[in-house]
Amino acid sequence: MTTHLSPGLLARYADRAAVLDEVTMWSVESHLEECAGCRALLADCMAGDALIARVAAGVDLGIAAGPAPAPRRRSLTVRNRWFVWHLAPWLTMTVAILGGAVLLQALEPRVPLVLLLAPVAPLPGVAVAWSRRHDPAWELIAGTPAAGLLMLLRRTAAVLAVIIPALALASNRTGVSLALALLPCLAFSAATIVLGGFIGVRRAAVWLGSLWTLAVVVPTIATVHPPALLQSGTSGFWALLTLILAGLAAMKSASFRRLSSHN
Amino acid sequence: MRTVSAAEAAPTTYPWAVHAQELQVRAGRHLAVDGLDLTLGTGVHGLLGPNGAGKTTLMRALATVVRPAGGRLTVLGEAVDGRADLRLVRRGLGYLPQQFGFYPRFTVREFVEYLAWLKEMPKATVPGAVQRAIDRVGLTDRAGARMKTLSGGMLRRAGIAQAIVNDPAVLLLDEPTVGLDPEQRLDFRELLRDVGVDSCVLVSTHLVEDVVAACTDVIVMNEGRLVHQGAVDELIAQGGDGDAGDSPAERGYSALLRRHRAGAAR
Repeated sequence: MTTHLSPGLLARYADRAAVLDEVTMWSVESHLEECAGCRALLADCMAGDALIARVAAGVDLGIAAGPAPAPRRRSLTVRNRWFVWHLAPWLTMTVAILGGAVLLQALEPRVPLVLLLAPVAPLPGVAVAWSRRHDPAWELIAGTPAAGLLMLLRRTAAVLAVIIPALALASNRTGVSLALALLPCLAFSAATIVLGGFIGVRRAAVWLGSLWTLAVVVPTIATVHPPALLQSGTSGFWALLTLILAGLAAMKSASFRRLSSHN
Repeated sequence: MRTVSAAEAAPTTYPWAVHAQELQVRAGRHLAVDGLDLTLGTGVHGLLGPNGAGKTTLMRALATVVRPAGGRLTVLGEAVDGRADLRLVRRGLGYLPQQFGFYPRFTVREFVEYLAWLKEMPKATVPGAVQRAIDRVGLTDRAGARMKTLSGGMLRRAGIAQAIVNDPAVLLLDEPTVGLDPEQRLDFRELLRDVGVDSCVLVSTHLVEDVVAACTDVIVMNEGRLVHQGAVDELIAQGGDGDAGDSPAERGYSALLRRHRAGAAR
């Protein structure tokens, strides 16, 4: 943009005794703000100035006397610390139950316990992640621009980041299909969010968990007959269901912006 | 001292920072705010009223935390009563709830930083804004302390710090002086006057003397309705010698409520 300042002009600007008209002063200063080279030249002009030296000494003294700068932190870990601490017991419990299911399935291979528990495995974590009972600053957070579906999805993703590897490991140990373990898990997570838009996430998780337990888990254990919903050909159905529910969840995004009484 | 951006210096396109018409807000099933008309501009507004007058519910509605049940509510020129996207409005809001929840393991700085991040402030401005907010509430020497080690008054001040961290155009403080000692209350009034120069501040309180000392404007609510809105002097002028209260403003307040109740009973 502008040409660089001439050494003569800079010297006059640096000289306190010299008189510079206002317009020139203004153009010099606006150039100096943007040009590091001319600032360096100006610094050379001002070297040895008593006032500058005194100010520099004062600033150094202030820095030495003031509090030490706060150490730089990894902001990601800081942000999620509450979340991690609060979710840890719930996720530990879920992973422990999955571990127990693997052991039981090894003892009784006719009942696919890991597959039966896979859909409901993320539900406790998701319910805790979006509940005013479990988040002390809930009212504060509900009034911030970041509150909404995106935040719920981020928290759900944090839950799934633990649950999915655990499920993958469990399905690998018991030799069941990975798709049949993971797709229902994703479908139920999405269903919890969709239903949560109507009745609250916690309540939705409780309802869906109870429904699955009563309709599928209990009959399967009682009859020792693998459920039709979890046969090897059904993964296409689960994939489609997950997609549809994810689309529905995106449409319900307006429900998560406010503090609603049933969360 | 801070630099003022062009966006901040631009004239607003709305007459009132907060404009409520026939506003109705539910608290549970109960209609806690019922047919309230209110306009708030720049300045510090004190919100007074007896317990159950609907002050907290009104605050929640203004903070866009609950959806109004009826009427119209406009904050910073944007309607916030429907299903509209609230992000833009919320970036200009600061809110201290009455029940101020916090994360005990967070330090004050982490907590204010977290809220600044949730308020979608530009990443580069966050550390400076956080330090400034903590300095303004006088918690500089406790910035590294965990929240669980703070006293009640300090927690309240940390709450005020997170509310002002984004230099809000509308600042809503619900009972901010609870737990503050007399000296801190004086500092807080100073802060209120400072913030109220260029933004709209609504302070809900039970303490009439706080309102008299720090507010330009008084709003008195009773049973979900507006009883009085006007300058502090007008409130004082309402009271006579026969009214209950130890100061002119308290007498004015009790006279207003008595007259309103008598009017409602008739």
